[in-house]
Amino acid sequence: MSDSDPQRSARDTILARVREALAVPAPLPHLAHAPAPPAGGLAILPAEAARPWLPDGGDTPEERMRILVDNLGKLRAVVHRVPDLTAAAELVFAVARQRDWKRVAYHDHPLVVPLLAGVPCATHGVDGAAAHGAAAAKDALEACDAGISACEALVSQTGSILVSSATCGGRGLSVVPHVHLVIATADQIVATLADALALVRRRHAGALPSMLSFITGPSRTGDIERILVLGAHGPRELVVVIVG
Amino acid sequence: MIAPHSSPGSHPAPADDDGGHGVAKRRFLRDAAVSAGDEPRRGFIRRALAGYERTRDAQQARFRDYEQARDAASLAKWTAVNHLDELLPRFEAAFTANGGVVHWARDAAEARRIVLDLVHAAGAKAVIKSKCMTSEEIHLNAALEAEGYAVVESDLGEFIQQLRGEPPYHFVFPCMHVRRDEISALFSEHLGSQPTSDPEQLTMIARRHMRRLYVEADVGITGANFLVAETGQISITENEGNARLTAGLPRVHIAIAGIEKVIERVDDLAVLLPMLATAGTGQPLTCYNTLYAGPRRAGECDGPEEMHLVLLDNRRTTLLADAEQRDALHCIRCGACLNVCPIFKNVGGFTYGTTYQGPIGSVITPHLRGLAEWNHLSGASSLCGACSAACPVRIDIHHHLLHNRRNAARTAPDRRERFGHRVFAFVAARPWLFALAGRLGRLTLPLAKRLRPPLLREWLSSRDLPPAPRRSFRSQWRARRGA
Repeated sequence: MSDSDPQRSARDTILARVREALAVPAPLPHLAHAPAPPAGGLAILPAEAARPWLPDGGDTPEERMRILVDNLGKLRAVVHRVPDLTAAAELVFAVARQRDWKRVAYHDHPLVVPLLAGVPCATHGVDGAAAHGAAAAKDALEACDAGISACEALVSQTGSILVSSATCGGRGLSVVPHVHLVIATADQIVATLADALALVRRRHAGALPSMLSFITGPSRTGDIERILVLGAHGPRELVVVIVG
Repeated sequence: MIAPHSSPGSHPAPADDDGGHGVAKRRFLRDAAVSAGDEPRRGFIRRALAGYERTRDAQQARFRDYEQARDAASLAKWTAVNHLDELLPRFEAAFTANGGVVHWARDAAEARRIVLDLVHAAGAKAVIKSKCMTSEEIHLNAALEAEGYAVVESDLGEFIQQLRGEPPYHFVFPCMHVRRDEISALFSEHLGSQPTSDPEQLTMIARRHMRRLYVEADVGITGANFLVAETGQISITENEGNARLTAGLPRVHIAIAGIEKVIERVDDLAVLLPMLATAGTGQPLTCYNTLYAGPRRAGECDGPEEMHLVLLDNRRTTLLADAEQRDALHCIRCGACLNVCPIFKNVGGFTYGTTYQGPIGSVITPHLRGLAEWNHLSGASSLCGACSAACPVRIDIHHHLLHNRRNAARTAPDRRERFGHRVFAFVAARPWLFALAGRLGRLTLPLAKRLRPPLLREWLSSRDLPPAPRRSFRSQWRARRGA
């Protein structure tokens, strides 16, 4: 498609229009404050400069933890802090029993696997072996009561959980089941969105995961009379277990 | 400061343009009168938006310096839009390196053709869509349905509008004008559900209905909020999770975005995403902000096999060529300007007759669809500036409405209006004549009020005429200075 003639000419036409249009420079926007001098890239004001103006993410691990837990609470996510993985496994066991989970989906991750050793229900691994693309695989995930995943980072500034398709169970695990349970360690908490983006770029240098998603609270909608309802299409419940 | 701009109307009107010859204006006036007279619906809209302003203000207060953050967001978009020539090819190269395919569309017809060909090539039967205003702009659903594909909107508000057979009322809150009892009746009729007045139950009815469709759809169509030139990722902002499912489960993912959505760096999102959420819905961040870099990669357990992006011009380059109003392309479609606009609150979303409603729609529609036919929207403003004050990327919206009025007066002057201004200029330049005209006016005003001559009738139809003062301003001024 993109090699066919109409496509090439569409591309050339649009780029020619763009170049012609930009021949006349536009004035800078009316700003409240004088912009900082340029520093790398095209941007006159590097995004990094905006850091002190955005909502606070905390300067110390303690502050970041406090802000994160506070934000997650406001977003109506459930937060559990546990001392170690054994305690996390006990917690997951208790939740699974109490909620009468029949089947939970998970992916292979050093933080996730220990939780499932004694879990009182069936488990469904979504990594590797899952018949990709087949309706059966989607149905299997759909039939699970909960999805358990690790994450790339937790962001205190916004109360977000950053998951990726590379290490957090693909695209479906964190959004198909009705409950998403995230297991993370306290040292995964970063202050800002910029920090989280920098972290995944270092971790996946050269090959970004095909999906990176900042999850900020359980799925929600306000489309009916602007009234908040949780669980619109994604998980109705977001449970965050922080170890350490 | 008058920047040269490609004169409006220099492009032939696109085939998708409706009306012509003042049809759009006549329809606007008719619908505005009807909507403005519908007090219950207006009250409903006002109450819905009052909550918005409270949550937005609370969210803004969490910024350490919201005004400076606006500067940063504004500059990020300014930089991107003013370097589109450089950033579009850079984005294309990075997106392609990620395994995606870029398709360029000069206009709506070309974009529809590209999507139809892709859907056809995928051997698709069912198509699921998440919210995508560019698809509304190119009337994609009608084109897909005409070729026999089942298309379902997955965003709750868009789904409701699809069932109602209406376009979105507001480009962020598509069904904000619909009451819950109307939604309940709609779902009963189309989905066979039990009537309920509980928004939560209504949401669950739609959720259950949609679940199977995500699994069965062969193609998922989404929009894109940002295209990152540096990394070739596309960023999609949403709350419901429907875009995550639409881009995650079907075998083919097609995204459609205007060329102005390109930004330079992924770090820009650290500013733009919180600004979009704060201004749009008063959230710290919307529920899902997702960056997609091509189709499923080796080692990933799911995701589409193909990812396509349709880059749409559709006369955005006309707006780009107008250096004075180029910043209207900075728009991140948060909808804040609609939410605070007194005109929007009174005439409602449908009255505009445009894909993009409200103040920003009134600015850009004349560029996208012709100034001659759409200039009346520039008059649909009290010029109060609430839109410009609310804009997270500092677009000078209400001044652009004035610019459009000026440009329209230049290219297609209204003879009556011009005659009126000439007469006024003649009278105002002669103090004795001005005083005489004033005296005549004061004397004849009560009579005019009773007789309602044609010149005044339209004006008086929706306004009260205050009583005329007994003495002119100038004579009162003289009397006071003398005292």
